[in-house]
Amino acid sequence: MATVQDRKYVGQSIEKADALERVTGRAQYGADVFMSGMLYAKALRSPHAHARIKSIDTSKAEKVEGVKAVITHKDLPVPSDTATSFGGELMIALKDLQKLTMAHDKALFDGHTVAVVAATSLDIAEYATSLIQVDYEVLPPVADVVSAMDDSAALLHEDLFTKTLGEPPTKASNVATYLEDGRGDMDQAWNDADVVVEDTYDTLMVHQGYLEPQACVARVDGDGTVNIWTSNQGTYNVQRQLSALLDLPQDKMIVTPMEIGGGFGGKIYTILEPLAILLSKKSGGAPVKMVMDRNEVFRGTGPGSPAHLTVKVGAKNDGTITGCYVRMVYDAGAFPGSPIAGATVVSFGPYKCENMKLEAFDVVTNKPRVQAYRAPGGTPVGFAVETVMDMVAEKVGMDPLQFRKHNAVVEGDLMTNNRPLNSIGLTEMLDQIEKHPSWTSPLEGPNRGRGLAVGFWLGATLTSSSVIMVHADGTVTVTTGQVDLTGIRTTMKQMAAEELQIPIEDVNVRVVDTNSAPYTDLSAGSRSTWTQSIAIQRAAENAISQMKAHAAEQLKVEPEDVEYADRRFWVRNDPEQAMGWFDVARNSVRRGEGPVCGEGSVTRVQSAPTFGANVVDVEVDPGTGKVKLLRYTCFQDVGCAINPVQVEGQIQGGAVQGIGWSLYEYYHYDDKGVMRNPSLLDYRMPTALDLPMIDIVLTEKPASEGPYGARGVGEVPIVPPPGAIANAIYQATGVRMNKLPMTPENVFWALKDNGNGK
Amino acid sequence: MEQTIRKAPLQCRVNGENVEVLVKPWQTLLEVLRDELRLTGTKEGCSNGNCGACTVIIDGQAVDSCLTLGLEADGHEVTTIEGLADGAELHPVQRAFMEHGALQCGFCTPGFIMSAKAFLDKHPNPTETELRTGIAGNLCRCTGYDKIIKAIMSITEK
Repeated sequence: MATVQDRKYVGQSIEKADALERVTGRAQYGADVFMSGMLYAKALRSPHAHARIKSIDTSKAEKVEGVKAVITHKDLPVPSDTATSFGGELMIALKDLQKLTMAHDKALFDGHTVAVVAATSLDIAEYATSLIQVDYEVLPPVADVVSAMDDSAALLHEDLFTKTLGEPPTKASNVATYLEDGRGDMDQAWNDADVVVEDTYDTLMVHQGYLEPQACVARVDGDGTVNIWTSNQGTYNVQRQLSALLDLPQDKMIVTPMEIGGGFGGKIYTILEPLAILLSKKSGGAPVKMVMDRNEVFRGTGPGSPAHLTVKVGAKNDGTITGCYVRMVYDAGAFPGSPIAGATVVSFGPYKCENMKLEAFDVVTNKPRVQAYRAPGGTPVGFAVETVMDMVAEKVGMDPLQFRKHNAVVEGDLMTNNRPLNSIGLTEMLDQIEKHPSWTSPLEGPNRGRGLAVGFWLGATLTSSSVIMVHADGTVTVTTGQVDLTGIRTTMKQMAAEELQIPIEDVNVRVVDTNSAPYTDLSAGSRSTWTQSIAIQRAAENAISQMKAHAAEQLKVEPEDVEYADRRFWVRNDPEQAMGWFDVARNSVRRGEGPVCGEGSVTRVQSAPTFGANVVDVEVDPGTGKVKLLRYTCFQDVGCAINPVQVEGQIQGGAVQGIGWSLYEYYHYDDKGVMRNPSLLDYRMPTALDLPMIDIVLTEKPASEGPYGARGVGEVPIVPPPGAIANAIYQATGVRMNKLPMTPENVFWALKDNGNGK
Repeated sequence: MEQTIRKAPLQCRVNGENVEVLVKPWQTLLEVLRDELRLTGTKEGCSNGNCGACTVIIDGQAVDSCLTLGLEADGHEVTTIEGLADGAELHPVQRAFMEHGALQCGFCTPGFIMSAKAFLDKHPNPTETELRTGIAGNLCRCTGYDKIIKAIMSITEK
């Protein structure tokens, strides 16, 4: 393996492998698939947040000329194995996925699919959906987690009993799970503390906001083979869900990944795919295309989870934290599965503390069932914890950065789950902040403030595979089922060229369908490049050992006597006896063991924990409450930046999503539980005009495992923004913010409620 | 339904070629481009003019093709992302996006490039704020805009 200095491609900002296709409009996304005889499908969605479905009459729709199939929940097979769950970081039970796909006895949220029509044109399909008659009995909606936990709340599921380690409940409830974790002695923690701060925080439902609406095309062949072209974060993930949901063998379930126009965790469970397949089946195997519009994306996909949080932290006068407590109530939407696990790990992740108590509730409400959203669960709890830490620092009279340095975890310290941290670079990152102009330069002017927040993400691991084929001319194709969200083709190309020690121009990476590459888990959880670094390394070792065997045969020595470097194979004791990479490749296709095909998989690696921090300068308009970002700097320990430009891009994008969550974005529900802002006009995502440049400072403390010590980089950037911005607003105004988003209106009223600030 | 409403002829130039096609009166230019002409480089992100993914250039003006009826393009010159490069020679904005890592998932990219091209044609030396204002109608969720701004500014400096 090359040392850091010797690396040719890893660590370089190699241009994106598929950039040309994307700047010329040639890249094919889900909605770009057109097929002969293709039908177009449209869903009828519930206008009610909570309603019993007494009957569905599709007869008029079926009679419309051009309509080829209409489906309702009755067309979904009853799953054989209801205990199964799917997902990456955020699981959904098969029985729930089935009821989510199409409403059964009850519509559980505004936008829940009730029936779907396939027709020869989208106009006809839309018209036909308007003829479907649904008899609803409207039920009281469960609006949020606080009211959902009230004894008088309506129940979403009469068969939902809280999962808990304590006494099994006898009464159904909207609380799906209650978890408790911790260590030490909390009474002692509060007794030892000179200052204790406790406060409560609320965040609202937000959307990942990927620009590409969900889209797929399904076609059922004569032999029952199901083909699906879709933009999802994991092809095998889709294959397994569909196979279980529709009772199909996996070899007959071919999932082809189209380019995906953003996912951020929101394209993991299947939504349109099962519907398109059922419609294709019902219409005799015609290809069926189903594309959401933006209204459906908001109402009918899985957004990010809102939360209600209480945080309590105690510290001694010297700044040492004595105890940490959090009570987290996360909203799962209509079916269980909010990101409480992620939230638990993130919560006090950056802080050393012997006494901790964490309580987490997974609660159902009449909203779309959430999906993951970048560091799922992390942003709301990060907001709450980082605000409280800022308050504690102030109370003990410490600078916020010094307070965090004083309490920062180091390798060997326990995480919130009581497992020890492996190699981490938090201290190194905080040292960089201390010296950086974003922190040291003076900030002058009225109504201005500077805020700091730190964030943690543990990172998913799961299974990754790649295959390296060496062609007869010595060029190489890397084949993988790893969906390219934002650059895996490029980083895999870099890593394969590095490990094989061949020119990068000779490496081509192909992301292929489920039946053309070995099993690979989804692209999510900051895991893809990092786990693939190990899979590629193994595949390259395997390919090189096959190449060595070929060389040994030609050089008439044993394979173990052959050495390899820089496209040259030689005999260890007689270096003059040598063969080039191209000669070995050419001969490989007609001699010995035949063509070279190296395989590499990784199923269990250690996590590579990541820390990030933001320093932000804001100016608050006291008259309107509008927060202007003056300067924004992201710090992150990335282990090893395989491709620095791509790493920066991930961090900038994550930070700006976090900024949107902090300042602008939320689902606005009326008192009937109907979403009132399902458009990109009324759901306000940041534009170029809202932002300053997002400066990036990388720390590279190698992770414990993997050939380069890389860490996943995608998720942690979205954890610090709300805490950093809230702390900056406090510095500017003297007022603490307890709610997201910190819109002008919310800031304005917070200032009013606190005597117009400092 | 549609069977009772006649399609109407649309004659225009798309990417320098004469195009003649029958379209439904209510079809948007975006639908005509994607569904009838199969120019799928222009993307549909929101269908109501808020995301800019469907931006094309009509007679030098950047427009949201989802808010333009197909028939409104009659007699006009339409340029889409497919028509921006001169053969193998990319337009400077396309090259700048590639060189600066100004794209990730790439779904907003065609719209951004068309907006940036139309903007730069009229404002060859914008300030950063002018540029941010000029492309504020295009949403990107992957990049945080930083590298997009840098990419476009890199051509104005040349």
